[in-house]
Amino acid sequence: MLDCREATGLMSQARERPLSLRERWALRLHRAMCSACRRFDRQLDVLREAARRFASRADQPSADQDDAPPP
Amino acid sequence: MSAPPDAPAQLQDSQFLEALRRQMLNFARLQLRDDDLAQDVVQESLLSALKNAGSFRGQAAFRTWLFAIVKNKVVDALRQRQRWVQPDQSADDDDAEEWLDRLFDRSGHWQPAQQPRPWGDPQRSFEDERFWQVFAVCLDHLPARQGRIFMMREYLGLEADEICNNTGLTRTNLHVILHRARLRLRECLGNGWFNGAA
Repeated sequence: MLDCREATGLMSQARERPLSLRERWALRLHRAMCSACRRFDRQLDVLREAARRFASRADQPSADQDDAPPP
Repeated sequence: MSAPPDAPAQLQDSQFLEALRRQMLNFARLQLRDDDLAQDVVQESLLSALKNAGSFRGQAAFRTWLFAIVKNKVVDALRQRQRWVQPDQSADDDDAEEWLDRLFDRSGHWQPAQQPRPWGDPQRSFEDERFWQVFAVCLDHLPARQGRIFMMREYLGLEADEICNNTGLTRTNLHVILHRARLRLRECLGNGWFNGAA
């Protein structure tokens, strides 16, 4: 039976390597019971997307005057 | 460093360029851990970006372009080098066990106050400049090695094997470091932004 510390560890590793069948099964069981770890898993995706956008965020709409198109 | 005379007025602003150069240098140093190489990478990137400075309408667009160049050059330099001369065994994660005990109880379950809470709509946060300030502060607060490895993986997009080759870390070490970095960063963003008082 996985505890939350181990479950979050596997969720993290799943971003670097394919999990084994056994690990996926254990994780699925844990997720079914633990809303905190389900959130953790989803929030890892947010971290990833945030890191990718981090330096290129000037692409995003911004209130910065320098970005304003000429009138 | 100064912009060519025909560059738009914003880029003639030497304070802006200097601030940008320092930012890039911090990033390149953190990733490459080699001062000379970092200086070279940033210098080359700035020169190459300034050649095309005329085609940028504003500082923000220029900054995006420059960061993309630096990022590519850092990835190239990391790949070329293949491996650190010395394995990267900096001991900046010594406190991590105690830190984990703060998050999880003895049976390995979340401490009640540390359980992840809902984050609402992250996409909306991405459009808020203040979110990115919090994100930068949270990255800075990671132990140096954790921050570097996290950015190699998530920002530079290097594969796990490439990071291990570069740093001399074992796969097991890499997994431990990324797990801790993610736990810390998630907690910091939760407290500082998504679930904070702001």
